[in-house]
Amino acid sequence: MTALLEARNVTKVFGGGMFQRNRTVAVDGISLELSGDQPSVTVVAGESGSGKTTLARLLLGIIRPTSGEVLYNGQDIGKLRRSERKNFRREIQAVFQDPFESYNPFYKVDHVMTAPASKFGLARTSAGRRKLVEEALEMVGLRPDETLGRYPHQLSGGQRQRVMVARALLLRPRIIVADEAVSMVDASLRATILENLLTLNTEFGISIIYITHDLTTAYQVGQNIVVLYQGAMVEAGDVELVIKDPKHPYTQLLVSSIPHPDPGKTWDEEEVAVAAGIPAGGRGQCLFVERCPHAMDACRDQSPPKFLLEKHRTAACFLYADKPTLAEGELNRLLSPSSGTTSSVA
Amino acid sequence: MTTPTREDTSSAGTSAHSPEAADPGRVLRVEDLRVQYATPRGPVKAVDGVTFDIRPGERFGLVGESGSGKTTTAFALMRLIEPPGEITGGRALLDGVNLLALPDEQMRQARFARIALIPQGAMNSLNPVMRIGQQLADTIKAHESGSRDQGLDERIGALLVSVGLSGDVARMYPHELSGGMKQRACIAMAISLRPSVILADEPTSALDVVVQRQVLQTLKHVQEDLGAAIIFVGHDMGLMAQFVDRIGVMYAGKLVEIGPVEELFGKPKHPYTQLLIGSLPNLDAKGGLRGIPGMPPSLLRPPGGCAFHPRCPKVLDICPSVVPELRRDEPGHWVSCHLYGNGQ
Repeated sequence: MTALLEARNVTKVFGGGMFQRNRTVAVDGISLELSGDQPSVTVVAGESGSGKTTLARLLLGIIRPTSGEVLYNGQDIGKLRRSERKNFRREIQAVFQDPFESYNPFYKVDHVMTAPASKFGLARTSAGRRKLVEEALEMVGLRPDETLGRYPHQLSGGQRQRVMVARALLLRPRIIVADEAVSMVDASLRATILENLLTLNTEFGISIIYITHDLTTAYQVGQNIVVLYQGAMVEAGDVELVIKDPKHPYTQLLVSSIPHPDPGKTWDEEEVAVAAGIPAGGRGQCLFVERCPHAMDACRDQSPPKFLLEKHRTAACFLYADKPTLAEGELNRLLSPSSGTTSSVA
Repeated sequence: MTTPTREDTSSAGTSAHSPEAADPGRVLRVEDLRVQYATPRGPVKAVDGVTFDIRPGERFGLVGESGSGKTTTAFALMRLIEPPGEITGGRALLDGVNLLALPDEQMRQARFARIALIPQGAMNSLNPVMRIGQQLADTIKAHESGSRDQGLDERIGALLVSVGLSGDVARMYPHELSGGMKQRACIAMAISLRPSVILADEPTSALDVVVQRQVLQTLKHVQEDLGAAIIFVGHDMGLMAQFVDRIGVMYAGKLVEIGPVEELFGKPKHPYTQLLIGSLPNLDAKGGLRGIPGMPPSLLRPPGGCAFHPRCPKVLDICPSVVPELRRDEPGHWVSCHLYGNGQ
């Protein structure tokens, strides 16, 4: 079975120059597969600099990988023919972080909806297009008469972001890549927009790649999670396992730093190691070694392979060296939606 | 016009209209603070009669969505409101001195020395072409005219160490520091003159979760060492739960609820607070996503009566016409909602 969208051992290196001094490995050998048959919600989590946005841009075909490939229906997205490229542009949609920068301030908000509607020929008449646009807006809880005909600055941040979700939905995509889609939205609207995204998954069978630094919303929306650190995957699997009982020391640090909205659950007082960035000695080792409370000699000698801890979880950490390593391609089975929590699909 | 006028509130001044008025142990008292922004379409009441007390050494959270007036409140206390904004009323008594009535020069002296601000986004508030140590020295020398350079370096070094930075940072430029380190440098600046009140405006909003936790733990330690009170302004209820002792919830320029952090999370009284807390995603169970219906209010044309009534699931007949007063429902717990008290 061919995946709808697949990243195969993708690496992206920025910079470099003649002497390779300023090389930044933003994404380091990531593989990820989204099936077209089983809609899933996959979370890509990490802090700033973890490579999560670069991965999103690779999956969307905005940038090309340095090595590895991104495949759409089995074909490299850089080599698609014109008609396939158009399909790709329609089936894979994005919702970006900043609802203030996604608009041209000189156009009314209608433009972001009607332009793709006519570009992709969604309806023959402008009345038909208008109807589609209105339906899409209503699906995300916006009233068309209060939204259309306005300029972006006349809408609140939450409304603007919901228009973006509606725009993605309008094209009836099969995958939506949501890159920090709610991190600039107030708490009361955040839940509503996440509800909207989840509805797209459950009602319309759209797969979602939810990219975030916020593990609480990750837990709420995701079935599977991939945790990135310095561009590399450190832990991946069923969101229930990874967030409730993290195994990689970095995931453990992330989870313990969640500010729980509960005064009874406060942070431990322990001081956490501050150092960040690539450890001295470069990438041929565990990248977390200098911050890790469990660092061993092995961690500095080579980069840890992915160990299969359970049926639905892998961690790249030598603490689990007694477990079998993950075979090539096995990650996708581990992350397959049927394996995780329920996905209600008709 | 049902909003109590300034005269009403100041004449009542002490008892039912003013939280904790009887408590003598307070370092800052904000009374009926009002800030307006002039816009082409009319004045916007960004802060509309806000009253609260701050006790010495406490951590007070001022929480609200964007546009609720929380940052404007903090800026008004620092007298940093610039046109078209204007403080149109109220008092801010810091150790009995009304900051809002101070002559400019005395207010300049009070900033940092008595009341200091840690701004949002430290990366934008440090001078990019000046070494960190020099910026700290400037702050100190601007207030202590007699202070010589002698001993200043040691003092700056100690300040940097107290916020978890190396003393070497004094010789660095802001671009050499990470976001968390810059935010720590801003904390060092805020505590350099040992103020009695620190205003922290979303001090960690641009930082990663791990760094955020480290910076807040540092802020807590220096605040406790100093014995300063802190007003922590933000929208992240998770951080509030981690950091503060008491919370004031703002909605449409007004304080709608004030209470101890455990009570506010455990038994929120105002329907807005209840929905806000209900909307927070947690790790206890899946399916806990519930937004607050409706839209945040327009401040240009705020709804009549209680500003929350168009979104409120418990709305009463009285709500669209009468503005509820902030009144004490339980000791230490204040709420402005017609559901409580006898609906007057």
